Amino acid sequence: MQAAKKNMATKTESATTQTSPSTSNSLVSIRSVAKNFGKNIVLRDISLEIAEGEFLTILGESGSGKTTLLRILAGFEHPTSGEVWMSNERLDTQPPYRRRVNTVFQSYALFPHMTVEQNVGYGLSIAKRPAAEIEQRVSEALAKVKMSAYAKSKPSKISGGQQQRIALARALVNRPQVLLLDEPLSALDANLRREMQVELKALQREVGITFIFVTHDQEEAMVMSDRIALLRSGELEQVASPREIYSRPATSYTAQFIGHTNLLHADVLNGTAMCDRLTWPTTIADGEALFSLRPESIRIARIAPPAIGQQKAEPSIRFRATLRDQVFHGATELLRVECAGGLLLTIRTASRDLPKGPLEFEFNAADAVPVRATRLGSNAPDSASKDSASKDSSSVNSSSTDSKPKDFKVQDSNTEVASPKFIKSVKKESA
Amino acid sequence: MNGSPLWLKAHALLVFAFLYLPIAILILYSFNGQGVGGFPPRDLTLNWYRILFNDAAIWDSVLNSLLVAASAMFIALLFGIPAALALDRANFPGKALFRRLVLLPLILPGIITGLSLLMLFRVSNVKLSLLTIILGHGTALISVATTEAFAGLQKLNRAQEEASLDLGATYWQTFWRITVPNLKLSIIGAALLIFTLSMDEIAVSFFLIGRDNTLPLEIWGRLRRGITPEINAISTIIFMFSLAAIVLWYRLRTRAEVTSEIAAELVETAGS
Amino acid sequence: MFSRAYRTVITVPPLLWVAIFLLVPYALMFCYSFWSVNDAGTILHSWTMTNYHELLTKPVYWQTLLRSMWIAARVMFFSMLLGFLLAYFLSFHAGARKDLYYQLVIIPLWVSYLVRAYAWKTILGTDGVLNTLLQYVHVTKHPLDFLLYSPFAVVLTLTHIYTPFTFLPIYASLEHIPRHLVEASHDLGATPAQTFWRVILPLSIPGLLAGATFAFVLSLGDFLAPLLLGGPSGIMISNIVVSLFGAAYNWPLGAAISLCMLALVLALIFFSERLEKKWSFQ
Repeated sequence: MQAAKKNMATKTESATTQTSPSTSNSLVSIRSVAKNFGKNIVLRDISLEIAEGEFLTILGESGSGKTTLLRILAGFEHPTSGEVWMSNERLDTQPPYRRRVNTVFQSYALFPHMTVEQNVGYGLSIAKRPAAEIEQRVSEALAKVKMSAYAKSKPSKISGGQQQRIALARALVNRPQVLLLDEPLSALDANLRREMQVELKALQREVGITFIFVTHDQEEAMVMSDRIALLRSGELEQVASPREIYSRPATSYTAQFIGHTNLLHADVLNGTAMCDRLTWPTTIADGEALFSLRPESIRIARIAPPAIGQQKAEPSIRFRATLRDQVFHGATELLRVECAGGLLLTIRTASRDLPKGPLEFEFNAADAVPVRATRLGSNAPDSASKDSASKDSSSVNSSSTDSKPKDFKVQDSNTEVASPKFIKSVKKESA
Repeated sequence: MNGSPLWLKAHALLVFAFLYLPIAILILYSFNGQGVGGFPPRDLTLNWYRILFNDAAIWDSVLNSLLVAASAMFIALLFGIPAALALDRANFPGKALFRRLVLLPLILPGIITGLSLLMLFRVSNVKLSLLTIILGHGTALISVATTEAFAGLQKLNRAQEEASLDLGATYWQTFWRITVPNLKLSIIGAALLIFTLSMDEIAVSFFLIGRDNTLPLEIWGRLRRGITPEINAISTIIFMFSLAAIVLWYRLRTRAEVTSEIAAELVETAGS
Repeated sequence: MFSRAYRTVITVPPLLWVAIFLLVPYALMFCYSFWSVNDAGTILHSWTMTNYHELLTKPVYWQTLLRSMWIAARVMFFSMLLGFLLAYFLSFHAGARKDLYYQLVIIPLWVSYLVRAYAWKTILGTDGVLNTLLQYVHVTKHPLDFLLYSPFAVVLTLTHIYTPFTFLPIYASLEHIPRHLVEASHDLGATPAQTFWRVILPLSIPGLLAGATFAFVLSLGDFLAPLLLGGPSGIMISNIVVSLFGAAYNWPLGAAISLCMLALVLALIFFSERLEKKWSFQ
């Protein structure tokens, strides 16, 4: 068992390396970095390649170790083991002031005794650049973040959003090779945050600097990133583009953390998955398996059967279910339906009036993505769980053997897990 | 932050040596048979302590000091806490002046407070006694009670008091059941501080002294007369008492701090 | 939110107390300084400028005042130097031992001021600990006599007494500097030394000002250390005031000097508060 786990870990490493766009233009290389604070293990065996000009988001819940990883890159913390390299130079042995890495702090960390201008010019002044150059670059940087009018203000006199722009200008003016951003938008209100997400992404394209962005907000990560590195309890759960991580989550944790999903516990036999009375074709090997089916992948079935050609390409699974609950969200609404066997599913549809009585739904078999089970809220995740090779059916089977539930169980009250036990309680209530 | 410069450590060590040298000398020479001074100390003895325990004048002055300190503490808290409340939550003409006046004795040399009160008592024909010293200490130390209580009030969440009023408690009940418990640590801290400051006070007492001496004035009188090792003995005893009080206070305080830290952490985890 | 009665109860008693025991005495001091005393020792309640005239014309008063200020300035300088470096060490380099060291700075404050001054006397005296030690180890043959009864002894003792007082506000202001500002400075390329001069020192100015004011004002008004250790050359302005209220029995002149000291002190406090406000960013 130990050996198998070890095997898995090395496999993961190679898998992670492969998922990076291309190792040849890798700028930052994080190699087996681990970090403990006393007995508290914050990061374990993180390996990640970050490409030049990439917008990488480190996404994770609080306590996942994402800020610690960022602070290791900035030089405020030293890894307990492992190495960090940048442009073929060892980075983790350098003090923060010798790294061509700059940080935008979560609290902005503007110097209160300096004006906006002095704040932005601080790094250049420390580097002893000529005064004329400092002046020019500072005014350019302020223009870039649309803050030229506030050059002479003190940080305490400007708003949070404006402070955030100054923090950005102060870091970028030094032309770092990598810009680190520690949840810089978390203190802004929702509208400003959305605006800044778009602006930040545009700015990153314009300056072409590698951005490493830390956030706990999965929506923010999706909007901005080229790639997302999902961190869970100090380990990388999955590293992939937003599109891939959403549509091909490797694990149940990823599927639940990024967007909403229905987790289906199914038995696979001869290429057919069966969960309750629902069946669909699959390519994975026989045995018990977990599938993620996004709420928006299920739709209300059209009256007429779909065209024959389409059905061949993507086999559509039809089922009947009774509407239990309906939550209006504006453009869309969430339906909670109960299938004939008692299975509860969440469905996202365009808002519309629905007829009373049982309804007919359908989904494409390809949208039911096999995922590996990861236990939620455990501090010690099983090492197999982060394998990103979701298509590798053998690995799915072998890994799910250790966490295979004897009975379907409720994994997390916040997410939609189809489970007969849960349904029973619902039934009692409705009876 | 890793690895501090050696010279900084050496400097810290020297400052501590500078701060503790007189105290060490004091304790050491309270056991010195040859009296005060002279190196090395020789003929270690408990004689000075024996003399001390038979010295009625010193013990009278200790009792006087305890009485003064306790009374001054009572006055300072009685007027200092309302003063903090007034500064925090009432508006009245002359508030800025009031604030300055209350806090002034904290920063002014004791001689000014002492002399101005001496003139007051002279003009109003009040005979100098322990009472005038109590009034002097109380006045000078209101500033301590006010600053500590005010700092406590700044940390107090006003919504707690509003909730109490909303739930039907009167102002009086709210004061005793919400405000005072929240200020408990500040008040205890202020009381201890006032007590010890009063025990050691001499500049104000110097001018307001009547027939009865406080301990510092008794010590002062003896110091003026010459070298008196029993002063070392009484100082050592007081130092040990103070040390015990600090340890006790520190325990109390850290427990409260630890509790509040845990609470803050819980709130943080719940919020994120 | 508070009722009128509540506000009255919390406001009136302290207001009365402060009026009777602070405001009236200061006013009395002001009055006394314009009165005079005749040869029989009776205080004449008629207004006169004699006292202020005497202060300005007799050099002994302003010379002593200048000497007191010079002693106070030295005490301020040394206690700030010691206090600041110690506070910086504690705040940025002491790690987990911080709280213990902090207590160690506070503890000497609990030993009587008088007794500590007296301990210095036993150290510095002709037959004191230092002199006998120096002779015991054969560094000197004869006792050094400049140690005690000199401005040096006063400055040393007052520095000893006011260093913890200076340390406290400086330490508080250093502790208030958000640590991410230091990190941001390092992140922007500043070495620890550059960070000290450009971020830490400017942000600790309020504490430095408060500490400086404490040390200067309190040592300026001190009269016990000079009496105990100062000798004739270590006499300070408050000693003159004490003798005027005592043996010399000239309360009005004493009140005039006290009032000048009070004015000086208030001006200093006002000035340092202005500067503190300018440099405070919390």
